[in-house]
Amino acid sequence: MRTLFKLAVTAAMLAAGAFAATPASAADPLKVGFIYVGPIGDHGWSYQHDQGRLAIEKEFGDKVETVYVEKVAEGPDAERAITRLARQGAGLIFTTSFGFMEQTLAVAKKFPEIKFEHATGYKQADNVATYSARFYEGRYVIGQIAARMSKSGVAGYVASFPIPEVVRGINAFLLGAQSINPDFKLMVVWVNSWFDPGKEADAAKVLIGQGADIITQHTDSTAPLQIAEEQGVTGFGQASDMIKFAPKAQLTAIIDDWSAYYIERTKAVLDGTWTSGDVWGGMGAEMVVMADYTNMPDDVKAMAEETEAKITSGEFHPFTGPIYKQDGTLAVEEGKVLDDGTLLGMNWYVQGIDDSLPQ
Amino acid sequence: MRLVLERRAERSKLMTWLSPLLAVGLTLVTGAVIFSLMGLDPARALYVYFLEPVLWWWSLEELVVKAAPLVLIGVGLAVCFRANVWNIGAEGQLTMGALFGSALPILWHEFQSFPVMVLMLALGALGGALYAAIPAFLRTRFGTNEILTSLMLVYVAQLIADWFIRGPWRDPAGFNFPKSVQFEGWQLLPTLGDGRIHLGAGLALVAVAVLYVVMSRTLKGFEVRVVGTAPRAGTFAGFSSKRMVWFCLLLSGGLAGLAGICEVAGPSGHLQPAISPGYGFTAIIVAFLGRLNPVGVLVAGVMLGISYLGGEAAQIDLGISDKTAQVFQGILLFFILACDTLILYRIRLLRPHTA
Amino acid sequence: MTGLEAVILTIITASTPLLLAAIGELVVERSGVLNLGVEGMMVVGAVCGFATAYTTGSPYLGVLAGVLAGMGMALLFGFLTQSLATNQVASGLALTLLGLGLSGVIGESFTGLPGVKLQPLDIPVLSDIPFLGPILFGQDVLVYTSFALVFAVSYTMSRTRTGLVIRAVGDNHHSAHALGYNVIAVRYGCILFGGACAGLAGAYLSLAYTPQWVENMTSGRGWIALALVVFATWIARRVLIGAYLFGAVWIMGLYAQALGIGIPSQVLSSFPYLITILVLVLISRNRTLTKINTPACIGQTFVPDR
Repeated sequence: MRTLFKLAVTAAMLAAGAFAATPASAADPLKVGFIYVGPIGDHGWSYQHDQGRLAIEKEFGDKVETVYVEKVAEGPDAERAITRLARQGAGLIFTTSFGFMEQTLAVAKKFPEIKFEHATGYKQADNVATYSARFYEGRYVIGQIAARMSKSGVAGYVASFPIPEVVRGINAFLLGAQSINPDFKLMVVWVNSWFDPGKEADAAKVLIGQGADIITQHTDSTAPLQIAEEQGVTGFGQASDMIKFAPKAQLTAIIDDWSAYYIERTKAVLDGTWTSGDVWGGMGAEMVVMADYTNMPDDVKAMAEETEAKITSGEFHPFTGPIYKQDGTLAVEEGKVLDDGTLLGMNWYVQGIDDSLPQ
Repeated sequence: MRLVLERRAERSKLMTWLSPLLAVGLTLVTGAVIFSLMGLDPARALYVYFLEPVLWWWSLEELVVKAAPLVLIGVGLAVCFRANVWNIGAEGQLTMGALFGSALPILWHEFQSFPVMVLMLALGALGGALYAAIPAFLRTRFGTNEILTSLMLVYVAQLIADWFIRGPWRDPAGFNFPKSVQFEGWQLLPTLGDGRIHLGAGLALVAVAVLYVVMSRTLKGFEVRVVGTAPRAGTFAGFSSKRMVWFCLLLSGGLAGLAGICEVAGPSGHLQPAISPGYGFTAIIVAFLGRLNPVGVLVAGVMLGISYLGGEAAQIDLGISDKTAQVFQGILLFFILACDTLILYRIRLLRPHTA
Repeated sequence: MTGLEAVILTIITASTPLLLAAIGELVVERSGVLNLGVEGMMVVGAVCGFATAYTTGSPYLGVLAGVLAGMGMALLFGFLTQSLATNQVASGLALTLLGLGLSGVIGESFTGLPGVKLQPLDIPVLSDIPFLGPILFGQDVLVYTSFALVFAVSYTMSRTRTGLVIRAVGDNHHSAHALGYNVIAVRYGCILFGGACAGLAGAYLSLAYTPQWVENMTSGRGWIALALVVFATWIARRVLIGAYLFGAVWIMGLYAQALGIGIPSQVLSSFPYLITILVLVLISRNRTLTKINTPACIGQTFVPDR
C-alpha cells in the first residue's frame, strides 16, 4: 500500500512540473468559453445554449476550441468559474444566465482584452455585450393558435418565476389569444422553479382539471406537454422541439436558437471586428424559431404562418395598442407600439388575467 | 474470507494523522484508474484536479472564498452534533442571515460609515440565530424533533427570501429583475488587498479558534461533550438538556447567519435569489469529516473546497463533465470516511473456519 | 372528469413517491440507522429504471432495475456504515452526492428521449365506476404497492418476530447483540429494504409520474421523505398520513393559484412545509408516545465486541 501511495505522490509531483500552464500564442485556436446555469442535460435552457456551442465548433472547426462549465451557481461561484475560463486563455466568453450579470462585469473589468457576452442582462461595458431573444413574438403566435384550437376558451399557463421575461410571455400569449377571441381566459400557476418535472406535471394536471384544454409553459421540462398528451388536450413545446414527447399534443414549439448569433459573434472576434452592444433579436434574427405546426386544421396553420411571417418581416409587433392593463388603464394607445424599455422591465398584466403579480 | 473490525484499546495517534493521507492516496490511485479508463492521461488529470487549485495565488484566493462559509457553518454544526442536537437546517439560517443583514444596505442605502458593516454582520448573526430559535423553541417546549423542523424551515426561508428579492427589495433601477441594489463602500466587507479574500475568512478563523478553546478548555465544552455522549450523566451533573438545545441551535444558527451575510456583503455584493450553492448542507459533511473538532473542520472545509475547485478545473482543462467530477468527489468522501475507521479499529480479514 | 376527481388523482401521484421512499427509510431508522442518502438512492433508481425501460421497452423491467439500483446504492452505504463503521450522517450525505453525479453519468445518453410509461392497471368494469372507479381501481401498480408496503411494514413492525428483532436492534444494539441477534445482519437487511423502496420511488418518478429522464429530477423529494419519517414518529401508518397531507397541501396550493385568489405563490408554496411542522408539533405534544417509538440507537455506530 505504502509504495502505491509513494508512487502516486511522485507521479503527481512530476506532473506538476510537466504540465505548468503555457500562455496562449497567436497561432492557437480561439478559445470560446461557456458558463451554464443548469446541467446541459436539462433539455431546456442550458441544453439549447450548448447546441449553440456545438454549432460554433461545427462552423469553425480547427479555428476554435470550446470549453464549458455547467451547473454553475449564480453568485460567487460564477465569478470564479468565469475567472477560470479567462485565465485559461479564453478569448470570448458567453455567460448564459441573468444571475451572472454582476460577476461577468466584475471579471470583464480585470480582463479588458477578453470579450464577454452576457445573456438576458441589461448592463454593458466596453468588452461586455448583452443579448437576448424576443420569445414573446412566438408566444403571440401560440396565443392565436390556442384561441382557435380551444373549445373551452380557457388556457393554462405553467409559469416559473414572476420576472419580466415570463410576464412578457404571458401577456403576449393572451394578446394573441384575445385577437381571435376577446373573451379568452388564461389561468396561471407559478411553480417557483425553472425545472422540476414533477411540479410542472402537477401544475398541468391542476390546470386541466380546472377546465383548461390548452397547456402552455414557461418552465424547462417536457412534463406539462406529456400530461397534455396523456389527458387528451393540446399544448406547446418550450425551448426545444418536444414533438417526440407529445406527438398528438404538440401544436408547435418556441425554439431558442442561439446558433446564428453565436456563430456571428465568434466570427466577429476572429475577424477582429467585435464591438460591444445589446442585441435583442426575435424571429427576424432567427433567435426565435417555431417548430412545425402540427395537430391542427390547415386554416389555423395558415393563420399562424401568416402571423409568423408578419412578425418576422417587422410588419407587425405583438405589443401594438390599444393595450389595457389588468386594472383597466390604457397602457399603449391605438396604433402605437410598446417601447423596448417598458417591455424589458414589464411587471404588469394585460386585461383578462385573474392572477396578481407580486409588487 | 470475512472482514472484521477489532476495537483498539485507545484511539490510534498514528492513524489520526495517517488516515487522511491514506484516503488521499487511495483516491489518487482510484482516480488514476478511472481517468485512464476514460482515456485521459492520469497524471495530468490528477494534477489538474488536486494541485492546480493550490498552485496559483488567484486560485488560492478562490479556495479561501469557497472554504470560509463551509468552515464558519461547519464549526457551529460540529458543536451541535457533539451535543446530539440535529440541526440540518443551516442552509435556511444562512438565508435568513443574508436577508436580515441585507436589510440595512437595501432600505437605507445612504448609510455609509463603519457602523453599518458592524451592524450588518450583527444583524446577519441575529437573523440566523432567530431562525434557529424556532426549532429550539419547538423542541424544548413541545418536544418536536429538530431534524424535521430545521429541514422544512430551509424551504420556507428560501421562499421568504425569494419573495423579498422579487418583490419589495428588488433594485428600483433594475428593470424588475430579481436582484437588489449593489452594495457600496462600507456595506461591503473589507478584502485582503485588491483580491477576493474578505473578512468572512477572518471570522471563520476566529470562530475556529474560539470554539477550539471553548470545547477543549472550558466547562461549557465539557458540558457539550457530556450531554452528547451520556445524557443521563449530564442530568446528574446538573446540566440542563433544554439549555443545551438552545445553546447549540443559537450558536450554529448565528454562525450560519453570519456566513450568509458574509457571502452577500463579501464576494456577491448584492442580494439575488440564489444566495448559497448549498453551503448549509455541505457544511454537515464538513463537520463530520472534521471529526466534529473545530480544527478538523478547518482542514475538512479546505479539503472540500479543493475538490470543488478541482472539479471545475477538470471540466475546463480535461473536458470531463460536472457529473464525473461529482462522482469523484463522492468517492473521495467515502475513502476519507472509511480510513477514519482505522483510528478506532483494526481491520482483520478472517478466513472461514474449515473443519 | 370532475374537478374533485382530478384533485384526488393529482394528489395520489404527488404523494406516492414520497410515501414509497419514506416507508423504506422508516424501516432503516427503526433498526437504528440514519441514512441521509435517500435522495441519492432515489435518483439512481430513477435513471436505471428509465434506461432499462427505454432499452427493453418494458416498464416493469424498469421498475425492477430501479429497485436493484436503489439496493446497490444501499449496499454501498451498508458496507461503509456497517462493515467499516463509518459515520452514518456523513456517509449518507456522501451517498447523495455520489448518486446525483452517478445518475448524471449513466443518464447522459438518455436525456431528451421520450420514456415508456407505466400504464394504469385499469381493472375492467370496476375502473369504469364513476368517480370512485378511476381513483380506486385505475391506478398503476406502484400506487397499490405503496399502500401494500405501508400495511406490510405496519404489520411486520408491530405483530411479527421480525419486527420485534428490528425494533430491539434499533432500541439497544448492545442488548440485542447480547441476546444473540446479529445486529449487523439485521441492519444490512433493513438498509437494503430502504434502498429498494427509494429505488422504487425513483422509478415511479421516471416511469409513471413524468416518463422521462432529466438530471436531478428528484428535486429534493428524498429530503421530504426523510422528514416524513420523523413526522410519522416512526409509526408506519402515519407515513401514509404525512405523505398524503404533504401532497394534498401542495396540490391545493396549485389549485388556489389556478383559481386566482391572489395570495403570492411563495406563500402557497411554503404551506406544505409549515403545515407539516404544525401537525408534528401537535402530535409530539404527546411525549410518551413519541418516546416509545423513537429508535434510541439511531445514528450510532455499532461494532460487535469479539
